[in-house]
Amino acid sequence: MYKIGVIGGRETVMGFKALGLDVFPVESVDEAKRTLRQLKKPEEGYAILYIEENLAQELTRQIDSVKDSPMPAIILIPGREGSLGLGQAALRAAVERAVGANIL
Amino acid sequence: MAATGITPTRMVLNKLKGRLKTAVRGHKLLKDKRDELMRQFMTIVRRNKELREQVEAGLTEAFAALSVASAVMSPEMLEQSLLYPCQGVELDVSFQNIMSVNVPVYEFQTRSAEKGDVLPYGFAQTSGELDDAMLALSKVFHDMLELAQVEKSMQLMAEEIEKTRRRVNALEYVMIPELKENIKYITMKLEENENATKVRLIKVKEMVLQKAHNYTY
Repeated sequence: MYKIGVIGGRETVMGFKALGLDVFPVESVDEAKRTLRQLKKPEEGYAILYIEENLAQELTRQIDSVKDSPMPAIILIPGREGSLGLGQAALRAAVERAVGANIL
Repeated sequence: MAATGITPTRMVLNKLKGRLKTAVRGHKLLKDKRDELMRQFMTIVRRNKELREQVEAGLTEAFAALSVASAVMSPEMLEQSLLYPCQGVELDVSFQNIMSVNVPVYEFQTRSAEKGDVLPYGFAQTSGELDDAMLALSKVFHDMLELAQVEKSMQLMAEEIEKTRRRVNALEYVMIPELKENIKYITMKLEENENATKVRLIKVKEMVLQKAHNYTY
């Protein structure tokens, strides 16, 4: 059995708590970094980690480090302020990596 | 000329010819693999784009509803209402092999006391806005799971395509031309040697005849 985690600001993750996901409210980027470092270890058993976009943009190195391993999947979600377009940017980056040019 | 360090012998020539054959075959296979991966990748990318838009729209909506709810209710009350979930999510991960890329397939089950029951609180002291927010969130959650699966598959496949593409290019533009060049070099060298031997034999024969002629005289 694997788990799903959500990392983000307190108000963002609150709703997911009620859905039965494991939530990790963080106050600062440093805290998010520490939490992510802990959660991405395989022995923690997280298959999917949702991370709020405005935190994720400071954590690109950590997120990229698990990009090529099958687990866990790190997915960006928009925060309360709305989408920053980082998810779309990640999609374009993947296409560019595969094709060698942006064809979208 | 890439022919430095190559001994122009028949044995090496045979070996090189074998390698060229393998390289050409490998190139063809890898090219097919790349094309098929690319085809699959494009469908996944399209699906990903679609889902991403859906999820972002859904979450924005849910958060907006949640904002309204938090404006109506006191923060303590809101936190308390959501504190203890009445459903749990269990995730099963299996792997599917697409062209030698292992992509995850998520299967999830929600454990809840009653089916479709996502509200972990009583209605007496909470606002209706909170209900809206929770329903919107649980609706978008299915899409979020699929998004996770699709996005991870996309990342893994992008990596594999990049690798395959590099291999194809290395074979096509480096390995195969180099092998061809070397084979050409060896055949020419061998021909040259053969010519040299022939000329030498003719010369020797002349000399021998000359000598023999002189003796008989």
